[in-house]
Amino acid sequence: MKLLTSLCRPLWPCVVLALLAFAPAASAKALKVGFAQTGAESGWRTANTDSMKSEAVARGIDLKFADAQGKPENQIRAVRSFIAQGVDAIIIAPIVTTGWEPVLREAKQAKIPVIVMDRAVQVSDESLYACFIGSDFAEEGRMAADWLAKYTGGKGRILELQGTTGSDPANERRRAFAEGIAKYPDLKVIDSQSGDFQRQQGKEVMEALLKKHGRDFDIVYSHNDDMALGAIQAIEAAGLKPGKDVIIVSIDAIKEGVTAVADGKINCVVECNPLFGPKAYDAVAKIVAGQPVPRKQYNKDGLFDATNAAAALPTRQY
Amino acid sequence: MSETRLQSFCRSPVVWPLAGILLLVLVNLVHDRSTAFLQVTVTDGHLYGTLVDILNQGSRCMLVALGMTLVIAVSGVDLSVGSLMAVGAAVAAVLLAREAHSVALAMTAALAATALAGLASGLLVTWVRVQPIVATLILMVVGRGVAQLITDGNVIIIQRAGFEFLGNGYLLGLPFSTVLVVALYLGAQVVLRRSAAGLFIEAAGDNETASRFAGLAVGRVKCLAYMTSGLCAGLAGLLAASNIRAADTLRGGENMELDAIFAVVVGGTALTGGRFSLLGSLVGALLLQTLTVTMYNLGVPPAVAPVPKALLIIGVCLLQSEKSRRWLGGLWSARKAA
Repeated sequence: MKLLTSLCRPLWPCVVLALLAFAPAASAKALKVGFAQTGAESGWRTANTDSMKSEAVARGIDLKFADAQGKPENQIRAVRSFIAQGVDAIIIAPIVTTGWEPVLREAKQAKIPVIVMDRAVQVSDESLYACFIGSDFAEEGRMAADWLAKYTGGKGRILELQGTTGSDPANERRRAFAEGIAKYPDLKVIDSQSGDFQRQQGKEVMEALLKKHGRDFDIVYSHNDDMALGAIQAIEAAGLKPGKDVIIVSIDAIKEGVTAVADGKINCVVECNPLFGPKAYDAVAKIVAGQPVPRKQYNKDGLFDATNAAAALPTRQY
Repeated sequence: MSETRLQSFCRSPVVWPLAGILLLVLVNLVHDRSTAFLQVTVTDGHLYGTLVDILNQGSRCMLVALGMTLVIAVSGVDLSVGSLMAVGAAVAAVLLAREAHSVALAMTAALAATALAGLASGLLVTWVRVQPIVATLILMVVGRGVAQLITDGNVIIIQRAGFEFLGNGYLLGLPFSTVLVVALYLGAQVVLRRSAAGLFIEAAGDNETASRFAGLAVGRVKCLAYMTSGLCAGLAGLLAASNIRAADTLRGGENMELDAIFAVVVGGTALTGGRFSLLGSLVGALLLQTLTVTMYNLGVPPAVAPVPKALLIIGVCLLQSEKSRRWLGGLWSARKAA
């Protein structure tokens, strides 16, 4: 025994040296992050995926990407496999809000932090995930209201095209917009119908509202670009000029929407930014380093109107 | 003579959905306290008004309901129509994105694709003997996926003058899509009622075994019905894509199968198959569209809108049923006696 320790003693400095040599290498060792995406159901989602992938490459993060193709069971399977692979952090963009409890518990037992992105999850124990990063739908509604109040001088009759009844973005964009225009007594929503976030429905609802209100309205506020683009066609078919005879405000800023702003057919689109990459990996880095992160974080959204749409167009990714 | 014609009209299945439409029109007139709902003006050389919108936007459901009627008549059901609308739109959009391809080619390819898909579900039902609801459910799920695959999950914008006419053009002042659907209905009526084809369909749906023993190629009749349904769905998809100048493969044609089945059932064709009424289905589809537009016109909040819709649908279905009508009639005569 004594022999062994005496033999080892001269080795100590070597061990310390070796540790010192390896320490920087160990901390620079690529972070392994698993990302369980919903699928590729829209241009917005594809842009979201691209942002996560390109930002991972830029930061030298080893990203394990799983496309669930719209199926919750695929997503849960993906998270289990991330746990088995022993990743440093897991990011989930949940397809559904419920049913996450068991798999999140498994992640917690494995001491792997989970970041929930884009849509919320319902769990009884909030400590099951580290933080939530999403779009602030309410802020988007507020931005639309503020822009409109400024542009019109706080005057106008508004027709609202709601998104899918009961959906989170539709509820929040509606509520916050109503709060935003409440300060202006002459700025009023005179009719509000659901276009289900669809282009076809947006056109159909707009056709009906045009017959109902004739020329007795000034503004159309649409909860997404698709419905606004449908509504524009109905307005044109009624012999009116969208953007001039009718002020149009919309949310999302898909490429087609920003193009319509540049063409003067939509007056303003508020962005629902899908580029979550930087924010998500900032949070991962902090959590892994043991630093505190805010429970809820929102992605910053921009706004496009006649002043900046044309300039922004070439760089729009989705 | 005239009385018996009136009596037979009252017994025809078209009466109840028609009464429903009239009731809705009346509700709108009373609500507006003006005739604005019925007002039709001429703008840009075509008719313009709410009724014209109903005809134009209702034409897709009318078209899908025509095909659905035949499938239901052979005691089947086609759940894939909504997805096939997306497939038709996707195929056409991708082909039209290249200037080199003519509109005719794109439309033919789209219709061929959906007709083929319809034939596939027909073969699944007749050959493999899968339940119609399961066979077409497969295509409903697969179809939407295929459509997304074709367009890479994006909404594809279509900018071709010839194609836009389909869903936005006017013929003799009327929306072209409506004219097209009415022409197809008349054509189908002639083919089915002037030949034995209609009888074959009713026989195949009414009693498959007896029909087979009578020498009818039941399988072939059924396959043709599913194929026609696929074709109608494809054409409806083209109308939709043309109407919004874009192919929306994710949401386009969503829930169309339910709307079409509703139109067929309200139009007096029983889900058990056999006797069918194409006209009834068209009127049923119009009832649905009138209902939707009425909700917009009355300003019913979208969260509540399904309730009045459901009530009217239940009402029409009850009036359709022989049993509930007899029960109501019984109430009437009992009160008279008392």
